[in-house]
Formats: sequence, C-alpha cells, structure tokens
Amino acid sequence: MLKILKYSIFDLLRSRWSYVYFVFYLLISFSLFFLNNDIDKAIITLMNIIIILVPLIGTIFGVMYYYNSKEFTELLLAQPIKRSKIFMGQYIGISLSLTLSLVLGIGIPFVFYGLFKSSAIFDFSLLLLVGAFLNFIFVALAYNIAISTDNKIKGFGFAILMWLMFAVVYDAVFMIFLIKFNEYPLDKFTLVATMANPIDLSRILIMLKLDASALLGYTGAVMKQFYGTYLGVLVSMSTLSFWILIPLFRMRRKLRKKDF
Amino acid sequence: MITIKSLHKKFGKLVVLDGLDLDIKKGGIFAILGPNGSGKTTLIKSILGMVIPNKGDIELDGKSILKKWEYRNNINYLPQIANFPANLSVSELIEMVKNLRPKEAKERELIDLFGLRPFMKKKLGHLSGGTKQKVNLVLTFMFESDLIILDEPTTGLDPIALIYLKELINKEREKGKTILITTHIMSFVDEMADEIVFLLDGKIYFKGSVDELKKQTEQENLEHAIAQLISKQYA
Repeated sequence: MLKILKYSIFDLLRSRWSYVYFVFYLLISFSLFFLNNDIDKAIITLMNIIIILVPLIGTIFGVMYYYNSKEFTELLLAQPIKRSKIFMGQYIGISLSLTLSLVLGIGIPFVFYGLFKSSAIFDFSLLLLVGAFLNFIFVALAYNIAISTDNKIKGFGFAILMWLMFAVVYDAVFMIFLIKFNEYPLDKFTLVATMANPIDLSRILIMLKLDASALLGYTGAVMKQFYGTYLGVLVSMSTLSFWILIPLFRMRRKLRKKDF
Repeated sequence: MITIKSLHKKFGKLVVLDGLDLDIKKGGIFAILGPNGSGKTTLIKSILGMVIPNKGDIELDGKSILKKWEYRNNINYLPQIANFPANLSVSELIEMVKNLRPKEAKERELIDLFGLRPFMKKKLGHLSGGTKQKVNLVLTFMFESDLIILDEPTTGLDPIALIYLKELINKEREKGKTILITTHIMSFVDEMADEIVFLLDGKIYFKGSVDELKKQTEQENLEHAIAQLISKQYA
C-alpha cells in the first residue's frame, strides 16, 4: 500500500491543481492576517472558508482522481497487489496531498506573522485538525460515490449533490425544524443533529473553542457544557473518525464485488 | 495450467459468460477468438481477478484463484487500452511497476528492442498511441512468468515493432510458457497460434488447432473459417 501511496502523492504533487489550491490558501490567509488585527476574527473567517471549501474541493478532487486514473488502476489490478490496498493507497494519497496544501497554505502565513508564541496556537491547530478531518471525510465519501457508478457524469452529479446536502440543505432543513418546533425543548435534538453532519460538527467545535458560544444562547450553553468537556471532545473526535471509517468500510465491501 | 469450470458472469441483465468450461494445458500459444461482445475480455479479466464471476471456479495449477491475489505474480498481462498517468515519465512508470513485483526485471533489452531510449524521460501524456503500446509491451514482457495474457497486442504497432513482437512471443513459447492472445487480426492467428479457442454466446464453441478448424468448416482460409463460425450467430 505504501508504494501506491507514494506514487499517487508523487503524481498529485506534480499536478498543477495542488499548487493552485496551496497558493489560494496562502493568499487568503495572508490577506486575512494582514487585514485583521483581531486574530480570533481572522480564525473565524478562515474557518468559514475552510468549512465550505475543504469539503467541496475534497469531493471534486476525489471523484476526478478516481475517474482519471481508471485505466492506470486497471494496470495495477493486474499486478500482485490486494485490491483494497490499491484503493486505500490512492485514497490516503489524495487526502494527504490536499491536507498538505491546506496546512502549508495556512500554516506559512501563521508562522510568518509570528503567531506561534500567541495563545491562538491552540485554536489554530484545532482549525487545521478539523480541516484535515474534513479532507479525509469528503474524499472518502467521494470515492464511495465514484466506485458505485462507472458513469462519470452521474458520479460528479451525485458528489456535488452530496456536498450541497451537507453544506447547505442540511442547515436549512435544520433551521426550519428548529423554528417550527420552537416550543419544545430541542437542546438534545440539536446536539445529536450537529453530530450527524461533519461540517456542522466541525463548525461548532471551533466556535466553542473561540468562546463565541455566548452568541448561541441557551443551546450554546448546553453545547458548551457538552463539547467543552473532555467527554465532549472525545465524542466529537470519535464521531469525526466514524465519518471516515464508515465510508471506508463500505468502500472495502463494494470493492470485493466490483468488476473492472 | 488453467482449468475453468462452469463460469457464469452477468452484467446487469446481459449474460456474458454462460457456463463456460475450458482446459488449457501448459505451453503454447492459444488464440482466444470470437465476435465482438462474445466475452473474450471478460474471460481474461476473470482469470486476472479483475472481474468477479457469479458462479463457477477458475484454477491455476490446481489451485482456485478466486479472492486471491498472490498468484498474479506469475502472470504477465497486456491490457487493451494503455492509458498511463500523464504526469509520470516512461522510466518512472517502469520503475514503479518493477517496484510492485518481487521479481527480477529485464527491461533494458526490451527498451532497446522497441527503440524507446529517446522517450525514457518524456511524460507519458505526450506519447503517441503506438509508443504507448510499446511501453505497454515492455511492462508486460520484462518479467518471467509462466502465464502471459495479451489483449489485442498488435494495436497501433508499426510493421517493424510487429515483427519484434512476434519474435518475443515465439521466444516465450520456446521457453515453455503458456500464452493467451485475443486479436481480430486473422493472419496473426494463422501465423502464431498453436490452438484456437472460439467463444460464442458465452461458451466455448470450438477448441482445437488451426488445421482442425479449417477441416471442420471445410474452408481453406482461416479468415473464412472464422467468418463461417461467426455467421452461425447471425443465422
């Protein structure tokens, strides 16, 4: 698997898009740190960008890489390597190279502004950690979709739809629900509902660390009480891990029966 | 060498292999023929474990290969369409495939044979179809394996490369290798094949030597003999 991983990273690091992605983050974070005196605010803005963009790029890259390397994958399938290892190698390769673009693109400006010594370092590393999780989650979901259909257009369509569901539609439905049932105690429901969407969960995690929870009212207090504790962090981190593991598990099962 | 027992494969509603039985003994060149969509590639890919059959069994030297992968170390496979990662160079690709097999490779002489030296540092995305096919051939023939599977090996090759390819195949036969070839070029079959395996409707319709086929169909010419076999499908 390591050999496949090595070559897919090698291949991706030569592709123009990895650099475009890296430079984009570099520019965004340089200008944000430059324009904002308040580091917390810069991190919140950065979070808002990351939380939407990382899933989108992860989804598109995942689907694109799968379909583009199809013939090459067939060549690998005829070699004495286990099937699951080929795809795990590719999956980790894409996720890692995207994470590398993110970490370097945001990390370099951060170091450049000498923020290493500031207290923001924890919030910042949480931001990077969440970004990495989102990369791994959405590439896994995208690979699942791509493996399930050989039709490129269909695959892309489903992948974008999936992103739209998590990034936009989920929140809208959630909001409508909260307004409709606002006479009922919804704090527990809210807690569970945020867990069920990796984007929401990531957002809440960062917001609470930044002490912006006061803005969220009573539910915010409930959330702070939950996510603020070690148990809360543990539960949310393991939920994010499940969001990686479950798609990977399904991918392995699908691969066992797939024809190439 | 290869024993296939009542192999079934469906893609959706389309039945491609319908209880196919085949026994291929060690050594010699076997041409797998059949009209378009008769299941030649599906059969080959089943042997390689790329297509998973619905029913039946495939044995290599007496051992079932289904759900296994180590056995592929003893198979060389030339795929039909050679599309490689555009960002890698020819030498990087060869190194990579060498890396994936715990075996010694003799790629140097093959690179010289097909005149690929000037292309070694070129990106694969910039190569012509014929040159890609030559790279594909190097990747296939650089390992010593008992079983060699070639899916349309002549595609895009110039006449000189074609002569070299025939020499390569004959050399492997002399070493006692088993070689499976699918092709639509009948003169190639006539010249090279020891035995013909003719697929029709997902079953083996004919298996035997070229002469036997000519005798059975009462045709002088292989092309016409094959055409007569195929025409039964249209009748």
